[in-house]
Amino acid sequence: MVEPIITFENLTKKYDGVLAVDHLSLTVERGEVFGLLGPNGAGKSTTILMMLGLTEPTSGQVKVCGFNSTREPKKVKERVGYLPDSVGFYEDRTGLENLVLTAMLNGVPRGKATERATRLLKEVGLEEAMNKKTGKYSRGMKQRLGLADVLIKEPDVIVLDEPTLGIDPQGVQDLLQLIEKLSKEQGITVLLSSHHLHQVQQICDRVGLFVDGKLLAKGTLDELSQELFSKEGITTIVKVSEVSDELITMIKNHPSVFEVEKVDKQNLHVKSETDVTGGLVHLIMDSGKSLLELSIKEYGLDEIYHQYFQGGGNHEAPIPRTT
Amino acid sequence: MKLPFLERLSFTGKKVKLKNGDEANTDAHIEERNQGERAPHPFWVIVQKEMADQIRSWRFVILFLIILLTCLGSLYTALTNIRDVAANIDANNAFLFLRLFTISDPDGTLPPFITFISFLGPLLGIALGFDAINAERNRGTLSRIVSQPIQRDYLINAKYIATLIMIAVLIFTLGFLVMAFGILATGLPPTWDEFWRIIVFMLMSIVYIGFWLNLSILFSIRFKQPATSAISCIAIWLFFGVFYSMIVNIIGGIGNEADGRFTQVLSNLNPNYLFSDITTILLTPSIRSVGPLTMEQVVGAIPSTLPLGQSLLLIWPQLTGLIAATLLCFALSYVIFMRQEIRA
Repeated sequence: MVEPIITFENLTKKYDGVLAVDHLSLTVERGEVFGLLGPNGAGKSTTILMMLGLTEPTSGQVKVCGFNSTREPKKVKERVGYLPDSVGFYEDRTGLENLVLTAMLNGVPRGKATERATRLLKEVGLEEAMNKKTGKYSRGMKQRLGLADVLIKEPDVIVLDEPTLGIDPQGVQDLLQLIEKLSKEQGITVLLSSHHLHQVQQICDRVGLFVDGKLLAKGTLDELSQELFSKEGITTIVKVSEVSDELITMIKNHPSVFEVEKVDKQNLHVKSETDVTGGLVHLIMDSGKSLLELSIKEYGLDEIYHQYFQGGGNHEAPIPRTT
Repeated sequence: MKLPFLERLSFTGKKVKLKNGDEANTDAHIEERNQGERAPHPFWVIVQKEMADQIRSWRFVILFLIILLTCLGSLYTALTNIRDVAANIDANNAFLFLRLFTISDPDGTLPPFITFISFLGPLLGIALGFDAINAERNRGTLSRIVSQPIQRDYLINAKYIATLIMIAVLIFTLGFLVMAFGILATGLPPTWDEFWRIIVFMLMSIVYIGFWLNLSILFSIRFKQPATSAISCIAIWLFFGVFYSMIVNIIGGIGNEADGRFTQVLSNLNPNYLFSDITTILLTPSIRSVGPLTMEQVVGAIPSTLPLGQSLLLIWPQLTGLIAATLLCFALSYVIFMRQEIRA
């Protein structure tokens, strides 16, 4: 069942003549986890703000659950939970009180709000800190409380802006697993923005790459790597006891190999149109060297990311890199 | 056992209705969710929260204590001096009870109640409003609140209403306290006219403090740092409280006597001046005019006090002026806030 829940149509936002978001068209389907990836300042947050009707697009439109975000922001906000990147809570109130306030702003009566908040706090693992003031919460706890805060309105869509920022690796794992679990169990659509590729690639069904306000590519990780690297063929990493010129010439003579790159004394990168591992094993055996390692390089998001940034390297301003 | 089941029921119900995209159905869903217990309107949820925040905050407690102490101090002075005042008073205009609010020490050590209110009132308004919006922005709670399904102006309206309610409670508490102590100490009950004058005086004080509150909320929207908005507000308060009248006097001194009207107009641009006019006229019923009177106007006038209705007519321009200034500040904050982009 493929049903679009968020559609961006030619969305454009200009700040003082500078394009922050440039004709973005994108569809997110119900129930999927979509990762909006890009460096800082790529326009991810601006896109999210326009989606919630918190800022007006210069042109184009966003529809969430069938409602135009600019014209009917209230209807959109009833259905979308938003976790800003530096989420804050009323520090002299407890986590439970903060959640109850959010629920009541969504029209849930107090009794029910308390019950729902208690259940959610258990789910995100803040059961013990429930009655502690949020001023005493750690960064990771605040993010988990933030997650409970977006879930308390029983949203159809949750939008998480840099949810993993500033949390330790274990905390990131826990948080991502929690997001994945909630998305799968309750059928909530998740749109999350990040510049941390490794963290996000494990839970995203699809990703969109964002640079300078433009969506450069979108699709599943496999699709993206195929699209990008098909012209480059398959890279095989070979480790032998010693790399000699003779060996390189031998490999180059293989019909489907088109490039051999010597990395160091023992390592070679072989690019070919088809899988040549079998042939390589024979060649190396014949050359009298011993084969230590042989593998086909797999492309993660990192490579895709770098590839795009190299391709789009003619920016006027340098892209601020991740910290 | 029963409740999670119900939750799920309403959840699936929501999904089905969403697919229709039917507005009436989603409203029905909200009603269904609210059944049993009535949920307060989101606006009043914010008002409630803001009031709770104010009451819990140290600054409100401290300001309350300061104002309470000064008021009791001025009441004490008034009570010690009321015997002399009563001896000198004309039997015809015997608004002795009102004098409790206006008597000052003959040595000038402690000013009267109304001076305290007109001095500390603005400070109260500024202190309760200068960080209304920018503190929320800095703590990151603002973007969380505006992403809830509420109109954006609810937030500033609710903050304004909540703080105004707190100020009203404070002013009425103090006013009635002073009245009660006055009755207890002197054994002198106020007449109805005096009572209503005091009530109107308290209402006017609330309007006046409301102006300063609005100004400080405007600055809290405009400036990103609470310190900047606090200092700007206090600067304006000092300017109008101390320097403005000096400037007006200098201008009046340069021109000849015919410019008396001009300085009068200039003075009327000062909210402090408007408020002091209002209080003087309200609490001193024998005052018949705010400006200078010519001999022709005075001829034939009966030398008696004005009834409350006539005093109210006299302060009408001042009152509308104050309300206009308040509305101007409010309109500006509204426009700025609605257009502002709220980034986390």
